[in-house]
Amino acid sequence: MSTLRRRVVALGATAVAATLVMAGCASTETVTEETTATGSDACAAYEAYMGNEGTEVEIYTTIIDPEASLFIESFAEFEDCTGITINWNGTQEFEAQISVRVEGGTAPDIAIFPQPGLLAKFAGNGLVPANDATSASVDENYTADWKTYGTVDGVFYGSPLGANVKSFVWYSPKTFADKGWTIPTTWDELLALSDTVAAEGSVQPWCVGFGSGDATGWVGTDWMEDLMLRFQDAATYDQWVSGELPFNDPKVAEVLAEAGKILKNPAYVGDVASIATTTFQEGGAGLVDGSCAMHRQASFIGGILAADFGATIVSPEDTTTEGGITTFYFPGVSADNKPALGGGEFIGIFADRPEVHAVQHYLTTPEWNNKKAALGGWFSANLGLDTANVADPVNKVAVEILQNASTFRFDGSDVMPAEVGAGSFWKEMTAWVAEDKSDKAVLDAIYASWPY
Amino acid sequence: MFTLALHAARKTPADIIAENFSLLALALLSFGAVIFLFFLLASRTSVKTQEWLKYLVFLVPSILLLVVGLIYPAIRTLILAFMDKEAETFVGFDNFVWAFTIPEITVVLANTAIWVVTAPILSTVIGLAIAYMTDRMKRPAAIKSLIFMPMAISFVGAGIIWKFVYNYQPNDNKPDIGLLSAIFKGLGLTPPNWLLEAPLNSFLLIVVMIWIQTGFAMVVLSAALKNIPDEVVEAAMLDGAAPWKRFYLVSVPMIRATIVVVLTTITIGTLKVFDIVRTMTGGNFQTNVIANEMYSQAFRQMNFGQGSALAIILFVAIIPIIIYNIRQLRLERTER
Repeated sequence: MSTLRRRVVALGATAVAATLVMAGCASTETVTEETTATGSDACAAYEAYMGNEGTEVEIYTTIIDPEASLFIESFAEFEDCTGITINWNGTQEFEAQISVRVEGGTAPDIAIFPQPGLLAKFAGNGLVPANDATSASVDENYTADWKTYGTVDGVFYGSPLGANVKSFVWYSPKTFADKGWTIPTTWDELLALSDTVAAEGSVQPWCVGFGSGDATGWVGTDWMEDLMLRFQDAATYDQWVSGELPFNDPKVAEVLAEAGKILKNPAYVGDVASIATTTFQEGGAGLVDGSCAMHRQASFIGGILAADFGATIVSPEDTTTEGGITTFYFPGVSADNKPALGGGEFIGIFADRPEVHAVQHYLTTPEWNNKKAALGGWFSANLGLDTANVADPVNKVAVEILQNASTFRFDGSDVMPAEVGAGSFWKEMTAWVAEDKSDKAVLDAIYASWPY
Repeated sequence: MFTLALHAARKTPADIIAENFSLLALALLSFGAVIFLFFLLASRTSVKTQEWLKYLVFLVPSILLLVVGLIYPAIRTLILAFMDKEAETFVGFDNFVWAFTIPEITVVLANTAIWVVTAPILSTVIGLAIAYMTDRMKRPAAIKSLIFMPMAISFVGAGIIWKFVYNYQPNDNKPDIGLLSAIFKGLGLTPPNWLLEAPLNSFLLIVVMIWIQTGFAMVVLSAALKNIPDEVVEAAMLDGAAPWKRFYLVSVPMIRATIVVVLTTITIGTLKVFDIVRTMTGGNFQTNVIANEMYSQAFRQMNFGQGSALAIILFVAIIPIIIYNIRQLRLERTER
């Protein structure tokens, strides 16, 4: 009975589809002139990518739905005008599978690498250098740091795609306005503000949580990295990450001591030892329930606080919403020292075909970046990205940070050898707060674990 | 496209379930068919071939599984233990030297020793006590199942449950969900940050292990107690032995072999404890044990050489206990 009914429905549906197709044909015929007329207008922007009609380009990536559909949507006009079909192939197995595909001779046309280290592994092993047009576009639209991350041995391969930012201090604009606190622009002002908050006494200045299961301590490494970029220059940061600068160097010790001014000050954070047993989510939650004034964390915590702790994300100008939280830039040593810590994706191509170069080039343009950002929930470091297109207030601050950043660096612990970056650095930062281990003992232990 | 979408939309949960179950039935049927075909063919062969086929059919699958799942990984681990972190060059005993020279190793070994001494003994003693007390009870089922139930919870699940029990809230203005802290506060005491205070924290983790293993000890020992012939107990009673004397002069010696098996089994489980430590403290705060360090080295820091060396050390430590366990099992069998 039901099979019969289904068949009938299917038959009916086919009939409907056929009619629709016919109707579609009919309508294209009738409005052909009209579409070409408006089409040439909209397609004028894609002049540079023309001449590749009927080609297909595969993009292999970790980005899956729901984000993937926004990417596909952002390509629609490009595809219609240029006749290039982009096949989005998203998988969570990307990091394991990309090597298999490249070595097996079935490399994708384009791969979106979630971090530059992975991209570098394929330089000289299948990766095709970006063409001059892409290279020029990246020069024009991104700060030099971004191009450096996509360059291996002097050859530019990876063009930047999306970005994320870690150098945030979360706070409640309403509380700040009510108490008359101002956003600090230097590290000293930040400490002074912490003193003011502590003296006022109604809330704890900072909430910190290092707890994260078997990754407990990573929050501490983020603090160190952010401060390393502030108290030392970018070159020293790079040496520190690569191991050229010993982990127990006085320069690193200076930074850890600065971190200790907040993290190991009971007047600022309450019980120091319990930082280690407070999860990073609970740490952020202190801001929502009003038990502390500030919380340093990357942009993603906003989503967690909104979903699990009922936070409302507002813009920094909104000083009236009760319980609304937002971010300010984690200040540098001086007001004009504005480094940013974060991450981003890079596009590498494995096929030297004009349509593949065209897609890579297009994705570096302000036009596409604005189009993609306007769809929501996403931003990049593209200098041509208009913050008006970024709806989310926190992402807006992030874009401003990226565009004004004097230097941009990736999370150092991700790049350090795993013994340190996923081992001793986490553990020792945890022991630093939990067991009140001395700065020297912490740095010596991390230094000892570095595989030189 | 349009028709396809229509079809997808029309799939109700019942349809999907029906589809999955028919797939399952199909799989079982084809499996049965293959087996049937095999026996059909086997029955037509000569008696001598049948004899050989018997060995083949029963031994080959299990040997294959053992080789793939146990012997090959064991050999590979042994080889890796003598290789560098990329598993490329031979480094001799470097990984073992490393294992006994890293600063954390004293903490790791001391903790492993504390675990091995306390967890099996306490679980067995408590399990034996409960088994003995419920032995003559009219309806022991309810009590026994309550005590046995933690056995059904995975170590990770138990770790999470007990993490809540040990929860510590530094901020007085926030609700405290820690049961142990609540008890302390109720008694007018200030609770410590439970999972942070060494060596208290290691013992708190061991409590979780005991909580899980007591049920196992109780069930096995209770069965052994039931096996003691009534005449023996009656004779002891007639001789005027007090209940306590009957317990440690009659019952315990008679189930000695079982007690040793239970003890060694729990010891082996304790030596490789990893899940509890990983879930509750991640090996921080001086609670690290050897199995957890092994996992961290191999799968967090990708030092397969050093991780494998730790696995070999753990294996060597377990071997004597396994041998003892097997010999006791044999002894117990011959006693009956």
